Amino acid sequence: MSPAKMNENAVGRMVPAEVNGRAQTPFMGVGKYRPEGRKAGPPIPTCADYGNDKRVADLRTALEKCEPKDGMTIGIHHHFRNGDLTVVPLVQTLADMGLKNLTLAPSALFPCHEPLIPLLESGVLDHIEGSMNGPIGRFCSEGRMRGTGILRSHGGRFQAIQDDDLHIDIGIIPAPCADATGNANGVNGPNACGPLGFALADSLYADKSIMITDNLVPFPCIPWVIQGQNIDYVVEVDRAGDPSKIVSGTTRVTRSPTRLLIAEYVAQFIEEAGYLGQPFQAGAGGIALAMLQFLAARMRAAGVSAPFARGGSTGHLTAMLEEGLVGAILDGQSFDLAGVASLRDNPRHVATSPFTSYNYHSKGNFASQVACAVLGATEVDVNFQANVATHSDGYMLHGIGGWQNTLGADCSIMAFPLYRGRIPIVVDEVTTVCAPSESVDVVVTERGIAINPRRQDLLDRLKGSSLPLVTIEELYEQALAICGKPAKPDIDRDEPVAIIKWVDGTVIDTVFKVNG
Amino acid sequence: MNEVVSVGRDAKEDLRVELQRRPGEGVTLVLESTVKTLYGHLIEAVVKDAAERLALSDVQIKVMDRGALDWVIQARVEAAARAMDPTLDAEVLPEMHKNNDYTVERDRMRRSRLYLPGNAPDLMIGAGLFRPDGVILDLEDAVAPAHKPAARFLVRNALRAVDFGGAERMVRINQIPQGLDDLPFVVDHNVHTILVPKVEDPAQINAVVERIEELAPGRTIFLMPILESALGVERAYDIASAHDSVVALAFGAEDFTKDIGAARTDKGTESFVARSKLVLGARAAGVQPIDTVYSDVANEAGLLASTEEAISLGFDGKGCIHPRQIQVIHQAFRPADKDVVYALKVKAAIAQAEARGDGVISIGSKMIDPPVVGRALRVLRLAEFYDIDLDAMEVSK
Repeated sequence: MSPAKMNENAVGRMVPAEVNGRAQTPFMGVGKYRPEGRKAGPPIPTCADYGNDKRVADLRTALEKCEPKDGMTIGIHHHFRNGDLTVVPLVQTLADMGLKNLTLAPSALFPCHEPLIPLLESGVLDHIEGSMNGPIGRFCSEGRMRGTGILRSHGGRFQAIQDDDLHIDIGIIPAPCADATGNANGVNGPNACGPLGFALADSLYADKSIMITDNLVPFPCIPWVIQGQNIDYVVEVDRAGDPSKIVSGTTRVTRSPTRLLIAEYVAQFIEEAGYLGQPFQAGAGGIALAMLQFLAARMRAAGVSAPFARGGSTGHLTAMLEEGLVGAILDGQSFDLAGVASLRDNPRHVATSPFTSYNYHSKGNFASQVACAVLGATEVDVNFQANVATHSDGYMLHGIGGWQNTLGADCSIMAFPLYRGRIPIVVDEVTTVCAPSESVDVVVTERGIAINPRRQDLLDRLKGSSLPLVTIEELYEQALAICGKPAKPDIDRDEPVAIIKWVDGTVIDTVFKVNG
Repeated sequence: MNEVVSVGRDAKEDLRVELQRRPGEGVTLVLESTVKTLYGHLIEAVVKDAAERLALSDVQIKVMDRGALDWVIQARVEAAARAMDPTLDAEVLPEMHKNNDYTVERDRMRRSRLYLPGNAPDLMIGAGLFRPDGVILDLEDAVAPAHKPAARFLVRNALRAVDFGGAERMVRINQIPQGLDDLPFVVDHNVHTILVPKVEDPAQINAVVERIEELAPGRTIFLMPILESALGVERAYDIASAHDSVVALAFGAEDFTKDIGAARTDKGTESFVARSKLVLGARAAGVQPIDTVYSDVANEAGLLASTEEAISLGFDGKGCIHPRQIQVIHQAFRPADKDVVYALKVKAAIAQAEARGDGVISIGSKMIDPPVVGRALRVLRLAEFYDIDLDAMEVSK
């Protein structure tokens, strides 16, 4: 195979001119790329071809009716997180039907999806467009995936589907509650998982879409987050997902004194930077959750409340809603069952889709109305570029999720320990650029807080603070002094294994094969 | 000489070292590490350097690492070598951190002292970030007997390589006489204060003083005896005044309650008299009385109440077993505004008395006794320590 033609993008990274047969636009800088043309559209159906009862015997029958072909793209959402029971049997069924070279386009994958690896090896799946974490990320990093992976943010997946950069041939939508015409929600039923917003793009833009449910209710299934007018077939199964596993380790508040210290610093920074009482992004992860508690205490003491918070909802956030510390939760996904219950029962807790919250090719999205977002990262470099997809050893181990989209907040705060298990998080140059330097405002570690010099306003507001303010170079030097200088991994720069898309669909970086 | 030894822990930021004698094979290294790609080269260099300095020969060194820093690796390799051959006397000392060459005053603030298990490097590295007045590298109760020999090397290296952020650098040795053998590992590495547990006799303090003098003639290392028994408490004054280097007396509630046959309660009634006696003994000898630890880490309100009670009994400090306890304790020791205002009045009265040259200090018609002056000056010192704006206080009084 001859080396792929590469172009240099605006952050100086070499990115492929073409991926999986499609031409790619290199990243041009934040807000620089202007798309042209019209949005994608699915074929026009007629209701004369559909009855009010769209049920078919099983998933295989539904798939056969969709007339799948080799090389097609299958979309699916991740609202059941690590409790998903659909993806693996779905791809196995496609394999049983003799299909190959398929593209899987999930909104995210989880450790439970490791059994996809043999199906990638055998060529049933050509590649994955979506997150590749854990063992599948490792598989791809070792250059064992046939096609080239494409990593997009949650908002980026919607943008790509809407712009026809990612065409879904068949969209699969597991739901905890649905009726026979395909109306569905995520909040009712024994396996409720919360919002279903990530499935909305598939329902609107896929050529064919299949609703899967383990809880069929009589028409009308309300609320209807997914609407039956966009659904071709309905399949009943015993279990669509295991909601106990939508709760992951990332929803427990940390007990690590170091992480608690970082969370306290973040809350103090938010107050001193003048953001207390303004909209914020609440995520999962130990530091972000602990930060919520410190933030709540500061809001209580100051007697202020925030007009809204953007979820990832958890019990910690819904408690703030109930106390009146936030006016509303605009929710993208539920990280625990308290989040699911609140979404169902509290009218101020509203499900949103990545269209309204994150889509960059839109007439506005509310991620940009968030004042501050607290995020993690695998690396941030001395130029304030950040990485969330690969580790310093070159392996791709995480999806991008909503991470890139929430950088649209007025102040994005990267909060993490300066090093983890000897590996520095503040580095000289990130392995993979997932966030350009103009999108990262503050880095908070237990050993110092660095403000991006582009944010003179924040530097001014924090003058005289008791917080340990340092430069990013000082953080880097501290990390080196403690950990020593790491070696660079052995990476084959002639072999791209995946690309990282920015929120506007341009290519911000390439992930290369790691030589094992 | 042992054929096979294993030292260290399979824990994050730590490592286990296995040495196996292999006659005729020279020194070989087997490295397993969670950070092998990024740090394998450095780990190998550090282990080989240690092996050379220890003059190891014909041994296989197996390193199972989970992201340990160099000074931890050095401590584990040296401890393993010493376990294999107790006659070894070479040392592998890490560089002294550039920030570690400082001294502390004998009557410095000792509000909080954070216990750090002597065999857990991951807890030591960040300890200074929580701003305790003191850190205690513990070789006694926080280390399982099987790990005690290895912990000495780790504590020694931590004293050299870890920046504790200006905290008083303390080590709790084992009970005397066993603890005397811990001293050679710490006295040369800028330890400020030695905590001596379960002291019941001034002679134990003198034994420590003598041993330090033998090991490091002329060096001042402070001592903090811990009283943890009825007999120890009964002899509080004698122990506190046993030697000039004693700067504080600490109370150990856990062993004390066992010793008197009582159960430890949250209210602490069972140790009330003992703690007061300790305060009397310490104050009579001119050293600081320091209270025991509060062991319910999750209960912040309980810790605050317990610290306030300790302050009311006359204690100058409290022990911590978790970094989250430090700021709660510091908050409790913050002087109340009304006390600061009163202290400022006393200070003004002193100035007036000096100006008059008659030495009679009074506020209005009320004479102020010397102990009140002493307490006022202590409050002002605390206020300064807490950055309380005294000018603003004067305006508002």
